[in-house]
Amino acid sequence: MKTILIVEDSATTRALIRAVIDELGEFETVEASSGFEALKILPQQEYDLIITDINMPDINGLELINFVRNNPRYKQIPIIIVSTERSEEDKKRGMALGATAYVTKPFKSSELQEIIQKTIAS
Amino acid sequence: MNASKKEFIAEAEELLQESQSLTLEIQDTFSSGINPDTINALFRAMHTLKGVSGLFGLQGITKLSHALETLMDDVRLGKIEVDDAVIAFLFRNLDILRTLVDGISNDREEEDVADYLRDIESFRNRQKGQGDEGATDNIIDPSIMKVLSEYEEHRLKANLKEGKGVYLAKAVFSLDIFDKALEALTKTIKAQGELISTLPTSSNVPEGFIGFNLMFGSNRSLEGLKKEVDYDIDVLSGQREAPQAMQAAAALPQKIQDTHLKSTSTTVRVDIEKLDRILNTIGELTLAKGAVKRIGIELAESFGRASLVHDVHKIAMSLERRLAELQDQVLEIRMVPIGQIFSRLSQIVRRYSREIGKQIDLVMYGEDTELDKFLAEEIVDPLMHLIRNSIDHGIEMSDNRKAKGKKENGTITLKAYQKGNHVLIEVRDDGGGINIEKVREKAVEKRLIDDDVELVDKEVVQFIFTPGFSTKDVVSEVSGRGVGLDVVKQKLSALGGFADVETKRDVGTTFILTLPITLAIIKALIVRVGNERFAVPLTSMSETLIVDHKEIQTIEWKEVYYLRGEMLPMIRVSKFFGLDSDVGERSFAVVVGFGERRVGLLIDELFGQQEIVIKTLGDYLKKVKGFAGAAEIGKHEVILVLDTEVLIDESLIKQKGATYV
Repeated sequence: MKTILIVEDSATTRALIRAVIDELGEFETVEASSGFEALKILPQQEYDLIITDINMPDINGLELINFVRNNPRYKQIPIIIVSTERSEEDKKRGMALGATAYVTKPFKSSELQEIIQKTIAS
Repeated sequence: MNASKKEFIAEAEELLQESQSLTLEIQDTFSSGINPDTINALFRAMHTLKGVSGLFGLQGITKLSHALETLMDDVRLGKIEVDDAVIAFLFRNLDILRTLVDGISNDREEEDVADYLRDIESFRNRQKGQGDEGATDNIIDPSIMKVLSEYEEHRLKANLKEGKGVYLAKAVFSLDIFDKALEALTKTIKAQGELISTLPTSSNVPEGFIGFNLMFGSNRSLEGLKKEVDYDIDVLSGQREAPQAMQAAAALPQKIQDTHLKSTSTTVRVDIEKLDRILNTIGELTLAKGAVKRIGIELAESFGRASLVHDVHKIAMSLERRLAELQDQVLEIRMVPIGQIFSRLSQIVRRYSREIGKQIDLVMYGEDTELDKFLAEEIVDPLMHLIRNSIDHGIEMSDNRKAKGKKENGTITLKAYQKGNHVLIEVRDDGGGINIEKVREKAVEKRLIDDDVELVDKEVVQFIFTPGFSTKDVVSEVSGRGVGLDVVKQKLSALGGFADVETKRDVGTTFILTLPITLAIIKALIVRVGNERFAVPLTSMSETLIVDHKEIQTIEWKEVYYLRGEMLPMIRVSKFFGLDSDVGERSFAVVVGFGERRVGLLIDELFGQQEIVIKTLGDYLKKVKGFAGAAEIGKHEVILVLDTEVLIDESLIKQKGATYV
């Protein structure tokens, strides 16, 4: 089974994303409540996808994306940004840093599911 | 209330509490320089509240906190500059959020927030675009710029603008301990300035290690920093220092800055509970003052007019005046304009009338009328009851109105005004009015009155305040549910006021709520009935009389007395409570109540006025009718305070042979 790392500081949104993924029934999920925690979790196992928020305390999503893309071990992992409509500028920066796709909060579960499927398939 | 809802309320209240203190902190510091972390924390609190309320499907709170989150986002990105207006606006909206959360805990339906959202949106647009940021081009390496979030970029620019140095500390940690090490480094850096961004890196870092580049702004020079931070530090932008010139320039603005430190706002926000405590203390002091006064009188009786006795008397008088002033001042602080309540109610009218498809215009008068904050909050529910009642049952559907030749839109009028020591609030509708005949039938059916009892309409209509008496069946427009008007009456009575109703077929119904302006300490008349002493609040009485028993007549089972040509029903307080009373040809009478509800209470002796602090009787005596509470009067004597409203109610109907259930 493929594993998805969810990086999001809001417990609510994290639970929501996990529920959306669980509905697909094809993936395991691991959760990190900040960019910092993601850095701790990353080396522990192999991930097939990272879903990350951008605005987080300590290490933000952009810094995480930059780190992942510049690290030989992780740089192939696709990344989906999940962020609010206000963070238009941040999203652009995330894409420039090498994120694979983005979803705007609030999102429909079908929308996120579709993007996850597409991103993992490619 | 179910557990998860309780959980939500607890969390929401905590977040609002935190937001409140953060906003206070912003208010205290904005003129001297706000800690960006404070702004960010408020932004996050709104963000979290949005998330939590969304999870519980509470759309109003979700939308409102989202709008405030957006506002705070603009503030933290420097698009909106904090000033008094912003702070006042934040406080106001936190209050609104609190009201919404309170509504949830009281099982009220969520209010419509569309107006609030519009307010926030237009406020945001008004305030926006004041911030002016410098560019970072050629100062900071683009490879660093591209990983900064918009917020971090803003903080970077703000640091540059303030002339602070911007540095990059580089650290490499082993993967298994990096969390603790990074935490320690972060703390060290925060002590030196503001941490702008923490950038993890794996370039030029050996296997099993992780690197961090921490960008921070600081007032200190590189040399100074190197003593504190034990890692490589690059200077991205030097601290703007020209030591001599800086100091000379700094000396002058320093003075100006000192005056700026002082906030221009002179307002403080105080929890109503604190004012309650002050009032309680004043209450206790009033008792102490009473004791001093009494001692003065006793001394005068024993020692005559000695100068020391005179002094005691003078001090007692001075205490009395100052205490009265102090009390007035505190009570004044507690006063709020009723308009605050009206505007909340107008939301309900708008939303609720839309829901049930009736067109209703709302007219408000006397929004400036002031009322004690506690009373104002307590009166919201009764008012809401009455308004919903009017919308549900009072106002007819528009075709029905047209047929009657009435204006198509119904009108609800909210009116507040002061009358003596009372505030009167009217809720008037121009609907179908109450069907008096039906009320009578229902009252007979419920055995509240005997079939053959004759009551005038004004008396009959009072039955709608009886527990279990549904208005559903007795209003012209038969629709929906009946609202328990007894609850309204009980609430008013508990607040020391009363509810009345006037109605006219096809013209409309007016509910009139009468409330004392303030609670707490009141003046009362101390009276004696048999061997008992009671207090009668002065606010509920208009005069005292000496009544010759021969002049009391019995008309239709009522004992009445003609006062200046008008019939005044009399109540024998001794009879009401089953007490003895003096035998004699004359009694004293205290006239209580207003207008149609005026009655005379027959008592044995008057002792004069005194200030009392009414304490509740607690649950034990809850079922005893006729007492509003107890009060201590001098020498630790406790007496009961008469609830004149109950006495009036009971007697007006009882005397006609009605049996109250």
